[in-house]
Amino acid sequence: MTSLFDDELYPYRRSPDQDTVAQHPVVVVGAGPVGRTLALDLANRGTPVLVLDENSRVSHGSRAICFAKRTLEIADRLGFAEPLLAKGVEWSHGRVFHGDNEIYEFDLLPETGHRHPAFINLQQPYFEIYLVDAIRAAQAGGAPIEIRGHNRVTGMHNDGATLDIVTPDGTYHLTTDWLIACDGARSPMRDMMGLSFDGRVFEDNFLIADVKMAADFPTERWFWFDPPFKGAGASALLHKQPDDVWRLDFQLGWDIDREHELLEENVRARVDGMLGAGAEYELDWTSIYTFQCRRMQEFRHGRVIFAGDSAHQVSPFGARGANSGIQDADNLAWKLDYVIKGHAPEALIDTYSEERSLAADENILASTRSTDFLTPKSRASQTVRDAVLHLAESHAFARPMVNSGRLSTPCSYDGMSLIGPDRLPGLPRTRAGSPCLDAPLSEGFLLNRLGGDFKVLAINTDAPDVGLPTLTLSTAEHDPTGAVRDRYLGDAETAIYLIRPDQYIAARWQKASATDIRAALRIATGQEVRHAAHV
Amino acid sequence: MPLTFEPNIKDPDGFYDELLAAHQGLSPEESEALNARLILVMANHIGDRDTLREALKAAK
Repeated sequence: MTSLFDDELYPYRRSPDQDTVAQHPVVVVGAGPVGRTLALDLANRGTPVLVLDENSRVSHGSRAICFAKRTLEIADRLGFAEPLLAKGVEWSHGRVFHGDNEIYEFDLLPETGHRHPAFINLQQPYFEIYLVDAIRAAQAGGAPIEIRGHNRVTGMHNDGATLDIVTPDGTYHLTTDWLIACDGARSPMRDMMGLSFDGRVFEDNFLIADVKMAADFPTERWFWFDPPFKGAGASALLHKQPDDVWRLDFQLGWDIDREHELLEENVRARVDGMLGAGAEYELDWTSIYTFQCRRMQEFRHGRVIFAGDSAHQVSPFGARGANSGIQDADNLAWKLDYVIKGHAPEALIDTYSEERSLAADENILASTRSTDFLTPKSRASQTVRDAVLHLAESHAFARPMVNSGRLSTPCSYDGMSLIGPDRLPGLPRTRAGSPCLDAPLSEGFLLNRLGGDFKVLAINTDAPDVGLPTLTLSTAEHDPTGAVRDRYLGDAETAIYLIRPDQYIAARWQKASATDIRAALRIATGQEVRHAAHV
Repeated sequence: MPLTFEPNIKDPDGFYDELLAAHQGLSPEESEALNARLILVMANHIGDRDTLREALKAAK
């Protein structure tokens, strides 16, 4: 994958800002997947955004490889799903083995009628490049977005209002109303503010070997506990990526010599053990990682907001890192845009921290549980884990306890500040606070029709006019597969949904008056949230 | 379903024998593994989380 790393995507160019102290509404620090997604979303809404990055190239190595349906739906809303789907490897099946025996098989999307697959596998650099392409296209269309490479933030003053930025031409300063730290798990911004980032460290090392080879294994996630191959460690993973690259992952344990394990001959010995002696392959990328599960207490500190790995970190089992970061961006963009444009009070920004903290807790819980299953911490947990694996070989009841990672699905914001009434019986998946489920319509898919602003979705009825765009569907006319009825109507004759700009359901009713919808809109835009004090 | 603390097993001596017989000839580690499997099988049969929580508490 060498060539991907060579291109300077946004080489250093001197900015007129360097001769003055310019004022910006939003500065994003860090042009990784999260920072770029946020910037693109804001700029598409017409809010000017400046992205500062200390580098100018894509991240090194394959890194994140599993992008979930929710990420694809967000990318679709932002206009870069097509290249992801064209290049990515679609998958939804997985198999879990204990030694030589297959003990468990799963399908993440047994339901049809979604535009996007449960997951695609794609090397992170491709994701980043397609995102930059989308940003370039948005810029060409006049979207107010600028990325400055080789601009490293080294200091902040006045609670983040003034930044010191080091460039190849020396230091300059600028001021900003909002500062978004998308600068990764080791966030220098977090350190500059002296904020804590607490959680659990897991005492285990995992070796990633991405190998390039022609192989005809199926496009499935294969996971072994106690792998039968020589030198594979306590668990192993095999998963396909584009370009004939396969992700191999070996659980090495805690007391290892990293340098020694990363020597090519030693990596090859493990890979040969799995693929069979004489297998022909190239080593594309190797890395040893350890991991932690932790998060910041608050994601908003005055004008400074943390998103993605800078705010929360999980183990890779479950693909909850990059996917949750993209959802942070999706949650934050419309809120910032509304506040900057004066459509909503500043308290709306607090609900970003409220909602995404809940998501972070859910991700950390799922990830911690997977990790406890993968790397038992005591004799008792080892004994119970082994008992589950043993029983799972012959008894169905034990299989749901086998945990090799619970894969990323979006969180529901039940009972949070922005969530309004839920006045439709049944249908728990589309309750108020949940992300919209896709459904095929007579033309295209539902999510594509919802767009990126508040919208009223009216099914088998007309919605009262409250000045919002409305999508009116008739199940007789527009619902060829019955998915709209199954997912949004159930036994009710009619339904009205208020949908947020991030395609979450703010409220729903069987029948709603203009007053009902206006009240829910007030709640959903933070007009009823009291402003919390911030440090 | 509340957890039963009243005698509920017919022929308690016979059951005790069977339980010990299952461990006959096993090493301590093998016995430990057998106990873990037995707990999981029985826990699944009970199923109800409140009852299981009560059982965990009673055993502590």
